[in-house]
Amino acid sequence: MSSADLKANRPLSPHLQIYRWPITMAVSIIQRITGGALYFGTILLVWWLAAAAAGPGAFALANGVLGSWFGLLVLFGFTWALMQHMLGGIRHFIWDFGVGMEKGTRDRIAWVNVIGGAGLTVIIWVIGLVFA
Amino acid sequence: MSMQTPLRRILHFGAAHDGTGTFWIQRLTGAGMAILVIGFAVILAMTIGRPYEQVVAVLGSPIASAILALMVVAMVVHMRIGMQEIIEDYIQGAGLRLLCLAANTFFAFAIAAVGLLAIVKLALGA
Repeated sequence: MSSADLKANRPLSPHLQIYRWPITMAVSIIQRITGGALYFGTILLVWWLAAAAAGPGAFALANGVLGSWFGLLVLFGFTWALMQHMLGGIRHFIWDFGVGMEKGTRDRIAWVNVIGGAGLTVIIWVIGLVFA
Repeated sequence: MSMQTPLRRILHFGAAHDGTGTFWIQRLTGAGMAILVIGFAVILAMTIGRPYEQVVAVLGSPIASAILALMVVAMVVHMRIGMQEIIEDYIQGAGLRLLCLAANTFFAFAIAAVGLLAIVKLALGA
């Protein structure tokens, strides 16, 4: 058997496309995706800080871009990613102690993660828009 | 006869030589940021939509500088470990993986440098 056959014709075990997605699987990959997004989102944070440090002109530019409809959309996504990822971290914290892993409980914790992340995001923006 | 426990004798002999180091740092920095984010939210509430002079005064205050600096340090440590895990999981090939890991470190350090420099400048009165 050639090495090409070894690679091409090996049987595969069922994978992501086959399994029905339980909520725990969804929050797991969401945790990684939001983490990756926040990784690049840090550019916005340090840009804002550096602009404030640089002077009024640079700060006005940063504020203008971040305050545009597109900037606000990105910041809204940033807020959701941060809240989802933070609650996901707390979820992992709970599981690190070996509790809440039972069938039913683990799903409820995962749902609290999803609903809480979205809920906190909306609350933060409502407060932000009311006071702004 | 050795007084070491069986666990002590096999520690650090796994393929990666150690295991829970980054796991633990990820928990520490994550928990730290979960607390710091409250202070960060207060800083945002005191600066968003305000005139430039006021923003600079708030960001340059000692308590805000401390919160922001701690945040940036915890953030870059946390995100570097996280991205390293993603790279190790998905990037095949030793050369490309090494390149990605190096780029990850450079990016994290660049974010830290820009962030901390800005915070210091604001703390010293811009």
